[in-house]
Amino acid sequence: MPGKLKAKIVAGRHLPVMDRASDLTDAFVEVKFGNTTFKTDVYPKSLNPQWNSEWFKFEVDDEDLQDEPLQITVLDHDTYSANDAIGKVYIDIDPLLSSEAATVISGWFPIYDTIHGIRGEINVLVKVDLFNDLNRFRQSSCGVKFFCTTSIPRCYRAVMVHGFVEELVVNEDPEYQWIDRIRTPRASNEARQRLISLMSGELQRKIGLKVLEMGGNAVVGYLQCFDLEGESGLVVRAIGTACTLDKISNTYAPASAINPCNSSPSKDTKEAGFGEEAPGVPLSSGPPTPLRAQTFSSFSPSKSYSRQSSSSDTELSLTPKTARICLSPSSPTLQSKSSPIPTTKALRSTTPPPLHVSQSDTAMLRKSVSFSEDLLLAASGMGSGGSAGKEAGPLKALLRQQTQSALEQREFPFFTLTSFPAGFLLHVGGVVSARSVKLLDRIHNPALGNTRSYKLLDWNSFTADEPETRDAWWEEIRQEIKSHAKALGCHAVVGYSESTSICEEVCILSASGTAAVLSSRFMQDGALDMDHRLSRQQAPVFTSGTEKGEGDMGSSASLGFEDLAPPGCGFCHIPYDELNMPFPAQLTYCHCCRRFKVPDVLFTTIDLPTEANVTGKGCLIQARLCRTKKKAQGEGNATAISNLLPFLEYELHTQLMNKLKLRSMNALFGLRIQISIGENMLLGLASATGVYLTPLPSPGGIQIAGKTPSDITYEQHISNMQKKINDTIAKNKELYEVNPPKLFTLDPEAFRCINTELVEEVIGSPIPEPRQRSRLFRSHSESSDEVSELDLSHGKKDAFVLEIDDTDAVEDIHSLLTDAPTPPGFYSCNTEIMPGIYNWTSALQMFTSVRVFRLSNVNLTNQGLNKVFNDLCENLLKSLYFKLRSMVPCCLCHLNFTVAVPEDELIQVAVTAVAMSFDKEQTLENGRQSCDKTLMKAITENEEQLQFPLELTAESSSNPLSSAKGLSEVSGALPSARAPSVDYSSFTDRCSSWIEQLRLKAHTIRRGSIKTMSSLEKASPLPEGRSRSLRSNRSYAGGSVAVVKMTPLSFIPGTKIIKYLGIINMFFIRETTSLREEGGVSGFLHSFIAEVFAMVRAHVAALGGNAVVSYSMKECVFMENPNKNQAQCLINVSGDAVIFVRESELEATPPQPQSASTQTSSSGEGT
Amino acid sequence: MSVELDVFVGNTTIMDKEVYQLWLNGYTVNDAVKVRIEGGVMEECEASAEVLLSDTMDQFRTFQMCERLLQNPAKLANQLLFQIPPDRQAMLIERYYAFDDAFVREVLGKKLSKGTKKDLDDVSAKTGITLKSCRRQFDNFKRVFKVVEELKGPLVENIKQHFLLPDQLARDYAAIVFFANNRFETGKKKLQYLTFQDFAFCAGQLINYWTVGAVDNMVEDMDVDLDKEFLQDLKDLKILITDKDLLDQHKSLVCVALRGKTKVFNEMEANFKNLSRGLVNIAAKLTNTKDVRDFFIDLVEKFIEPCKSDKWTSTDVNLYLTHYTNSAHILDTFKHQTVWTRYMGVIKSCILRMYHE
Repeated sequence: MPGKLKAKIVAGRHLPVMDRASDLTDAFVEVKFGNTTFKTDVYPKSLNPQWNSEWFKFEVDDEDLQDEPLQITVLDHDTYSANDAIGKVYIDIDPLLSSEAATVISGWFPIYDTIHGIRGEINVLVKVDLFNDLNRFRQSSCGVKFFCTTSIPRCYRAVMVHGFVEELVVNEDPEYQWIDRIRTPRASNEARQRLISLMSGELQRKIGLKVLEMGGNAVVGYLQCFDLEGESGLVVRAIGTACTLDKISNTYAPASAINPCNSSPSKDTKEAGFGEEAPGVPLSSGPPTPLRAQTFSSFSPSKSYSRQSSSSDTELSLTPKTARICLSPSSPTLQSKSSPIPTTKALRSTTPPPLHVSQSDTAMLRKSVSFSEDLLLAASGMGSGGSAGKEAGPLKALLRQQTQSALEQREFPFFTLTSFPAGFLLHVGGVVSARSVKLLDRIHNPALGNTRSYKLLDWNSFTADEPETRDAWWEEIRQEIKSHAKALGCHAVVGYSESTSICEEVCILSASGTAAVLSSRFMQDGALDMDHRLSRQQAPVFTSGTEKGEGDMGSSASLGFEDLAPPGCGFCHIPYDELNMPFPAQLTYCHCCRRFKVPDVLFTTIDLPTEANVTGKGCLIQARLCRTKKKAQGEGNATAISNLLPFLEYELHTQLMNKLKLRSMNALFGLRIQISIGENMLLGLASATGVYLTPLPSPGGIQIAGKTPSDITYEQHISNMQKKINDTIAKNKELYEVNPPKLFTLDPEAFRCINTELVEEVIGSPIPEPRQRSRLFRSHSESSDEVSELDLSHGKKDAFVLEIDDTDAVEDIHSLLTDAPTPPGFYSCNTEIMPGIYNWTSALQMFTSVRVFRLSNVNLTNQGLNKVFNDLCENLLKSLYFKLRSMVPCCLCHLNFTVAVPEDELIQVAVTAVAMSFDKEQTLENGRQSCDKTLMKAITENEEQLQFPLELTAESSSNPLSSAKGLSEVSGALPSARAPSVDYSSFTDRCSSWIEQLRLKAHTIRRGSIKTMSSLEKASPLPEGRSRSLRSNRSYAGGSVAVVKMTPLSFIPGTKIIKYLGIINMFFIRETTSLREEGGVSGFLHSFIAEVFAMVRAHVAALGGNAVVSYSMKECVFMENPNKNQAQCLINVSGDAVIFVRESELEATPPQPQSASTQTSSSGEGT
Repeated sequence: MSVELDVFVGNTTIMDKEVYQLWLNGYTVNDAVKVRIEGGVMEECEASAEVLLSDTMDQFRTFQMCERLLQNPAKLANQLLFQIPPDRQAMLIERYYAFDDAFVREVLGKKLSKGTKKDLDDVSAKTGITLKSCRRQFDNFKRVFKVVEELKGPLVENIKQHFLLPDQLARDYAAIVFFANNRFETGKKKLQYLTFQDFAFCAGQLINYWTVGAVDNMVEDMDVDLDKEFLQDLKDLKILITDKDLLDQHKSLVCVALRGKTKVFNEMEANFKNLSRGLVNIAAKLTNTKDVRDFFIDLVEKFIEPCKSDKWTSTDVNLYLTHYTNSAHILDTFKHQTVWTRYMGVIKSCILRMYHE
């Protein structure tokens, strides 16, 4: 009996008229928790009743507290007939269970009815008294904090990042139960809402238990999803990253200790020092704390979660091969060896290359399509060569083993985070993704209550009776992702997410993330040890800088390792041996440090790291695709879909690549590819934020080549197009301020002997004509490059050729050019921060926009469909720009598109984003500043370069020969690799042309060697950050109260989040049988979305908060039947309720860390 | 192929003032789009007609959803559905309750009943204001009327408090309510030259000096009904015209005071008895509801028109009325000084306001 829940019903207002005779209402309230119900008195004849009830007390298990919502029903008393329900309020108690979150829920809640919407408001007071439960076998996990935010939350510090947690629960969907035929729509909707509320409570509790077991106290990047599988049931699943978080108190001054990288870096320096309540406060206030402390200590974190350790050994050695097996004839044996599920393994192959379409149907069906890398691996046909290469580069291998060990113990070294504490993310490989097409089957004799054991039949497993759970499906996909990451020389996957698309009984499961190499420092208790060993290992490679870092580490480690902040280019460096690339890529030396290889293009699913060196601004890049599909049933349908998937993904990728080049950029962040299935079409939408990463080579233009050069008019046409493309590129360069990288670099050899002490001087010295110098340097580097092949390919880089010889290609290019530029004053991105814009004002507008498009003609070609879909998205964006024109200059951040095919001829696009205006005048100032910053960076980079002369020589002396060999091997094996043509003429040709293109582009998966960061580099974002925060200080004064802000971002500009009040996770159903009267479908959905916003705001306000961050609308399922005048809509939203204060209201100056202040002053000198 | 559903919902409700005005004016979405296109917003923002249509539809829908709240402005402030900054709320309310002078002139003084509402299409045809807008304005009048009808306290304050209107607008509504309650005739041809603001001014005068509220401020309907006792007392003023001596005395006093000061002295002297009779008769008849309704007509017929035909200027009128009022105080046998002051104060300012040159 560890908890007492108390609720008090205070009053109501704006109630609807329930009694026509008197135009009044006799309202009373039922308060229900679990199976206990209390009632208030009837307050007769009033639309604004004052119940002022006693405290209703529920004595319950904490397990129930976590699972169950408090259910408040407002009714109209009727003497002669049944009481009429006015509406309900569900209150999630969870935020009250964590001692650090809210202590009381008190406020006005909208009374919601699934048929009538909001009907008045009710004022409620809820409290929880928790008792200590020392039972170690308890089923509850009270006190574990949940965050939707995909970074370390603002007022916390990550002590440890434990890793991936996942859970799913399954139940029958009440909508499809037999009883639904006899009950009212209202009862059915309420049953569904309640069930989902229960299931998400349960899910959260179970995940919490796992976190406690791992020794953590929080889940960050919590992502919960619903799969409405129709007749086969309802799946609620969640993934997240278990962490141990510490509240930042005044005593921890270091600015970079938490450095919540997702924010604009400016604030962090300021925020970090700001006082939270000392840790003692929450400790004393909440009963569960001692308990948590106990669990915490009883688990040795190094043991990690038991379930996960089991498979680690085998995974380590075997999985690298699995990634590349798909092509080689010998693969089946390898495969089964490494396969966790031997029976299905033979079928569960990775993507067969497009050339192998003729493979058996089953294989095709079962395959999980994994994007680029599979294609690449397949295409390159160098599987065998690759596997041997794992042993090469002994230093790096050793290094990798070291860092890996922390991760290898985990079953899935996945992280749902998209931005990381400083020094955590070392290298980024590239996007890894996997998809799998499954056929849903009816649940056989579901046993009520036993949620997890619902057996779901896999439609094409060998033995049809063999059960397979959803768990296994996901496990399969995760294994694949893991193996892809391994193939990229990465031991972890970051920015990981999972999604599904369901149409009838076919379901696509998708997972994607970014392969990465992480520092082990946040991983284990022994992290410190690890780091020391690591740096010793690296000693031969990295000289003084690391040594220095190591020296400091002992003291600073607990403060957050600020000494190891990565340099702005570190994460771009390839994490693998260039000798043994799993695919041919064009590598160049990093344009920042000149010592490590970087790929020419980098795709990731994470946010742009704050420390990244970026030139200019970023922009939203979208690839959109629509493909028709024949209507089919069951297996046939699934086959058709899985056959289409690789083509879809390929074309999406090509589009992304083209659009990236068109904008003269070389990296994508926040890449999200969504594929939706409908009865007769497949939709693909890829969104990402393109940026120009300074370390990466400047992208070449796009060249168009015609196939029949004899025709003069044709030639003209082509040259016209070419001109258009060139113009667009030039325009974009200007728009996004993507200039040739302003590098300030010096001949490394000349400075080889200069040590770190010289840094200050270099900073102070004037830097003449950086551009010229960079050019100088570049030519130098190229000429000094001993690898002639590399040079060649470097030259070829510009020859990104699109060949047109049919309408298809013309269309493609056309669509490439029809993307309307954003109107002046607007920028857009789908990530947390927009590179190049820092001086946000407090003007903030979160919005959701939904459009449904009906395709009325029956016979649409793929091109036609594409155009329709493309126009739909473009028009939607245009509308958004128009709507928000008053906020100019402004940036649409976190533009999150979701597409769906709700019915045969309907396409639904939903967007949630936030528009934030920024100060234009300060942009200039800022531009100047960023210019300074570039210089600064160049200096630091340069100086960093100087720190490691040994390494350079080592590499140049040992590698070039071998890498030259490697490259020539590659080019020898693929003589056509550089053939600058893409043939669209026939299907098979097309397949092979992919390969060529892919080679040319060498996209997606990039690797870099493992490297520690320079301790000094970190300083470069700081000066700017500080001055920025000062500026924002100036620009805000006052603000309205009682307003709840909402944003999909994890921060609100100009403010500081001082408290997280708990997670908001709400599910609503709205139905109408009078669609026309409610203003048609648009009117219906409009008011529903407004109502959802209102309910979210009310809950946050009741928790005492004034904002929701990391808000997202994860589900918006809309169904209509205009003939019957009916419509139904389901919406699921989530976010973190927080309290923020304006920075201007915080007068105290944060204690600046030493390094920051010195850097600031030095930057001042620089300017 | 068509957009089946298109919604945009902001956490802070986005409302464009210009579109709001178009909505208030009762335009259809398509007409509003046309107006906006002509307004040049497209060139300004590089938008297409399609975008404009979508935006207009969306905003019209938002306004429609808000309308329920606007009809009860106090609710707008504490409702949860739309997050609207306070200044925006004030703007929404003010504009929703704003009315066209042309419209209000048609309805002023009429009974705010269903019958009148039915005739709104005639009003719409006559004024060129859309029927939708006419209905909104009419309903606003009626709503305000119904709410304040039963309230105690000063009329303007009540309107301000219940409908959160700015002072000037609240005064206008007070005038409308006052006119509707007393059913003053304002539609006659002879009154057509008067604007709503003229009437509103007069209403303000009447409310301030002639209603129950002018003496007692805690009575129901205090500002809506004229002070019956006062109206009764007005009958006593008749002595000014019935008593021949008094009339002559009064005339000579005014003539002495005005001699040489006005160009229309002769006309004034000739007309004095007529004018005085006119004004006093109006006063004496006010106990009759029917005659109250004709108050403004009477003022025009009995005073303003004769003066106009003699080409009096406003200054002449002002001068005359001032001395006419003051001279009565000097009359020894005239005992009704208070009533006279209360009466003539209002009459003077009303006539001056209504006297358009």
